[in-house]
Amino acid sequence: MNAMQATRLVAAREIRVKLRDRTFLISTVVFLLIAAAATILPPLLSGGPSTVAVTEAAAGPLRAAGLEVLAVPDDAAAEQAVRDGDADAAVVAGPAVLAMDDAPNDVVSALSTEPPVRLLNPDAVDPVVAFLVPFAFAFIFFITSQTFGVQIAQSIIEEKQTRIVEILVAAVPVRALLAGKMLAGTILALGQIGLVAVVAVAGMAFGDNTTLLSLLAPAIGWFVPFFLLGFVLIASMWAAAGALVNRLEDIGGVSMPVQLAVMLPFFAVIFLNDNVTAMRGLSYLPFSSPTAMPLRLFNGDAAGWELVVSLALLLVTAAGFLLAGARVYEGSLLRTNGRTSIRTAWRERETLG
Amino acid sequence: MTSVLRLDGVDRSFGDRQVLKDVSFDVTAGRMTGFVGGNGAGKTTTMRIILGVLAADAGQVTWRGEPLSRDARRRFGYMPEERGLYPKMSVREQVTYLGQLHGLTVDAARRATDGLLERVGLAERANDLLETLSLGNQQRAQIAAALVHDPEVLVLDEPFSGLDPLAVDTVVGVLRERAAAGAPVLFSSHQLDVVERLCDDLVIIADGSIRAAGSRQQLRSAYTTPRFELVVETDAGWLRDHPGVSLVDLDGARAVFDLAAGTDEQPVLRAALERGPVRAFRPITPSLAEIFREVAK
Repeated sequence: MNAMQATRLVAAREIRVKLRDRTFLISTVVFLLIAAAATILPPLLSGGPSTVAVTEAAAGPLRAAGLEVLAVPDDAAAEQAVRDGDADAAVVAGPAVLAMDDAPNDVVSALSTEPPVRLLNPDAVDPVVAFLVPFAFAFIFFITSQTFGVQIAQSIIEEKQTRIVEILVAAVPVRALLAGKMLAGTILALGQIGLVAVVAVAGMAFGDNTTLLSLLAPAIGWFVPFFLLGFVLIASMWAAAGALVNRLEDIGGVSMPVQLAVMLPFFAVIFLNDNVTAMRGLSYLPFSSPTAMPLRLFNGDAAGWELVVSLALLLVTAAGFLLAGARVYEGSLLRTNGRTSIRTAWRERETLG
Repeated sequence: MTSVLRLDGVDRSFGDRQVLKDVSFDVTAGRMTGFVGGNGAGKTTTMRIILGVLAADAGQVTWRGEPLSRDARRRFGYMPEERGLYPKMSVREQVTYLGQLHGLTVDAARRATDGLLERVGLAERANDLLETLSLGNQQRAQIAAALVHDPEVLVLDEPFSGLDPLAVDTVVGVLRERAAAGAPVLFSSHQLDVVERLCDDLVIIADGSIRAAGSRQQLRSAYTTPRFELVVETDAGWLRDHPGVSLVDLDGARAVFDLAAGTDEQPVLRAALERGPVRAFRPITPSLAEIFREVAK
């Protein structure tokens, strides 16, 4: 059996165990519901023309504008219909529009003559979407790298805490053990995101939101490699953090730097996403580039070469962190007395590997 | 080709502290070798080095004349001193998994697991999560985990510590069976009575150095001064003046004495018979505990 097969066996076990974990299953279902709700509900809620109460005589232009017309005998009845909530608005003599607290735009524009509008940048992103999409990307990366990173750390601690690690290390190379865990974490994370993406795309198609979909597609396409490498970067840190302690209770003490490395870029991207200079910087910084770079692409600010350079930077950093994480993991795996300092772990590679 | 597991000049330090100094001994095929020493003497470190869990600073471990490779080690069975399995996995699933990690195909691992769980009396609990099992049953699962891949060599660190008597019998049975089938079996224990009952060969380690190694008989004769017990009818104080005798203990009619090298014990017996009836006259063989105390001093 070679290291590859060992890695596969380890990964398969991690995935099997996770797929039976109720917390994981519930959180996945919740994510899917959020994705479905976020894409299907807005068109449904905002959807549907307003209902307008009007006398039959004045109903013509409103019908022509595609509004729901509630025919009433006179203006008093029209006003009553609005008060009763049977209609969103009423059109009475004048003509005047009656509504409870907000005049529906579609009713007003049906009665007015609009000047012709010429858009100079028809592809520009709706400001609401422009706010939501960065948030969604940063949120997905944050939540996933956090959740699955912590799980890798927990699984490492579990093996140390239960002492089974010594049997494992006697049977398979330490690096295969770590590689299997990282592989399983990556597969589960990508699987969960993939499911969310499928539901979101289906939701957008269902909600007839194909314009947004075509705008998002390239950003999503680039998000995948950025996400993968970014995940490896964060997961390596979690693996090292997990290997340094012996009990799940102690993970708080070592996880702070990792938490910060995930959280600071998250908030930076959220709060600075309309600051072009800051975003350019963030899109090269390996900890924030997984979210910042696809966003600049989505906003039309990033050139092709920028993506490649940023991805290469991320690749080198992730590889470096992976090697460093592996070294700390190897150096502290069998130290089951108290917390191991990162220095000791780094210096003393104990196993044969 | 000899089926010998051999340690040759193994050194190991942790920081400034040298915990193994030039450790060399053999574990012969088909024999149970007991590995005894006090706490911190280096037993666990030695076993970890055999299994490749720790690296040696110097020296090497060979099996059948070849330096140990990872593939060879995968056919070893190991029970670490600090035990544990996955609490949230079923017994069958994790023993099967460990079988696979040791190179079995999934089918072979399943068959071996079911056979072993039957053997250690866990067949009915096979699908239960480990954490729901009693401690005794968890130990049985641990034994199954060490043996699932039908190992060629067994290295067991304190296999009897914390076992209930029934589990001890199971482990002893399994170890004897493996040794009889030609596997070298190395086990450490600080329960010297258990070691005395079980082992064919003995390795004594103290303070990181091997103090004695060999078959039980060899060690006995090497560390036995010719010592005898004599029980007579009246007072045995006359022995004090008998040539070649040095008294170890005298309690009225009962005496324990050593003989100087080259002195025969029969003249002492005859002298005793001349003085009256002799109730008992026998050589005293030291227990393992006594040898150990002597050697590890």
